[in-house]
Amino acid sequence: MTCLVKYIHRTMIRFENISKIYNSHSVALKDVTFEVNPHEFVSLVGRSGAGKSTLLKLLIAEEKPTSGKIFFNRQNVLKMPNRELPFLRRQIGAVFQDFKLLPNKTAYENVAFAMEVAGKSEREIKNDVSRVLDLVGLKDKMNNFPRELSGGEKQRVAIARAMVHRPSVIVADEPTGNLDPINTWDIIRLLLKINELGTTVILATHDKEIINALERRVVSLENGTVARDENPGRYILS
Amino acid sequence: MTITLAAWTSIFLLNVVLTSVLDILAEKVDVSVYFNLDTKESNILSLKAKLEGLKEVASVEYVSAEQALQIFKKSHAGDEVLIKSVQELTDNPLEASLNILAKDSSNYGVIADFIDQSAEKSAISKINYTENKIVIDRLNNIIRILRESGAVAGLVLALVAFLVAFNTVRLAIYSSREEITVMKLVGASNWFVRGPFIVEGILHGFIGALFSLAIVVSIVAFLGPKLLNFLPEINMVNYIGDNFWFLLLFQALGGIILGVFSSWVAVRKYLNI
Repeated sequence: MTCLVKYIHRTMIRFENISKIYNSHSVALKDVTFEVNPHEFVSLVGRSGAGKSTLLKLLIAEEKPTSGKIFFNRQNVLKMPNRELPFLRRQIGAVFQDFKLLPNKTAYENVAFAMEVAGKSEREIKNDVSRVLDLVGLKDKMNNFPRELSGGEKQRVAIARAMVHRPSVIVADEPTGNLDPINTWDIIRLLLKINELGTTVILATHDKEIINALERRVVSLENGTVARDENPGRYILS
Repeated sequence: MTITLAAWTSIFLLNVVLTSVLDILAEKVDVSVYFNLDTKESNILSLKAKLEGLKEVASVEYVSAEQALQIFKKSHAGDEVLIKSVQELTDNPLEASLNILAKDSSNYGVIADFIDQSAEKSAISKINYTENKIVIDRLNNIIRILRESGAVAGLVLALVAFLVAFNTVRLAIYSSREEITVMKLVGASNWFVRGPFIVEGILHGFIGALFSLAIVVSIVAFLGPKLLNFLPEINMVNYIGDNFWFLLLFQALGGIILGVFSSWVAVRKYLNI
C-alpha cells in the first residue's frame, strides 16, 4: 500500500493501455503503457507514422483514444468535462513542428495572447511575456511579425508561448522538423534549459543525432507499440 | 446582412399593403336587403336586431324609405328630369333597406341563408346577395390565393435571404479557423473564442438593420406618393412614420438574432478540439 501511494505521487503522466484505431487499416497506437515522472526529459522516437504525434495529441485532449486511460497529475484526462480542458492545456505547454503562430500578431502579441485567453491582467501579461521572451533570447525581436523571423526564432516564440503559463510539462512534437542543424541545436539547448529550470519535457522526434547526443530517457515506438524504454537510451530502430 | 434585412422588411411591408388593400376591398362588399313598400318599420327593426345578434355580422345599417329618397335626390341632384319626376310622385317609390356588413366576406352566404329562413321573409322584396354572389365569391378566392401565395413567396424569399447571410458569416469565420485552433490549443475556453464572433454578429446585425431601414425608407419615400394616387386609403409614408421605431426594432432584432445565430453555428464547428 505504501508502495502504491509513493508510486501515485511520483508519476506525473501515465498512459495506460492506450489504443488509437482510426480504422482497420490504420492503427496508430496499440496498448501503449508508460509513465513520465516530474522533471524528466523524455524523448519519444519512432518513424513517421509510429504514433508519436498521436500520443501527444491524446495528452492535450486534441484527440480521444479508442481505449485506455491517460492520467495527468492523477486526473483522468479522458473523463474531464469540456469546460475543464482549457485548464489542462494551460498546465501542458505544447510546441508544434509548424509553430502555429498567428501571422498577424507580433512575437510579443503571440505570447501575450496565450495569457489573454486565461484572463490574466495587463500588468501580469507585460511582466511575464517580457520575462519569457528573455528566457528564449528574443527580447530584441518581440515587435517582429512571424514572417520577419527565421524558423528557429519562430519556434522560440512558440516555446515562449508554451512556457508563459509556467506549465509543469512541455510537449514538443517534432519542434526541429523544419529547422537547419544550427537552429535545431538552439532549440534543443533551450528545451534542456527549460528542463533544468524544473519543467518536464516530452520531445517527439525522429532525429537520430539529437537523441544520441542527449543521453536521456528514450521511449521508442514501433508500429504503434512501445518497443523499448531505456534511461539513458539511444536511437535504435529495427 | 443589409440585403437580407431589407428583403425581410419589404416582404413585411408588402404584406401590410396587400392586407390593407384586401381589407378595403372587403369593406366595399356588403349585402342589402330591400323590403316591400308596405312593410312596417317595427318588422324591419326586429330583423335588424336579430341580425345584429349573429356573430358573423359586423354592423347593420337601417336606411328608411325617406332616407333612401334623400340619398337618391342628393346623388342625382344635377339630373333635373329625374328630380322632377320624383317630385311628381305622391308616394315614395323607394324601398327601405338594411345594409349588412359581415366580419368576413366569406360569411355572406350564411347571413343570406339566415335572412331567407327568418319570419320577416315575406316582407322582403329582394336580397342583392344573390346578384352579387359571383363577385363576392370571386373576391373571396382572390383574397385567399393572394394571402396564401404571398405567404409562401415571402417565406421562400426570407429563407433564401437568410441562407445568404448565414453563409457570408460562415465564410468569414472559416478564414479564422486557424486562429480558433491556436486559441483552443493554448487553453482558451469556448466562450473566450466565441465571444468576439458573437459581438461581431450583434454589431453586423445592428448596422445591417440601420442600412436596410435607410434603403426601405428611401424606397417608400419614392414609391409611397405614387401608390397614394391610385390607392388613396394606403399611405405608406405615414405608415412608416407611425411605425418607425417598431420597424427599427423589428430589423435590429432580426439582424441581431441572425448574426448571433450564424456566428454561433459557424464557430461551433471549429471549437470541437
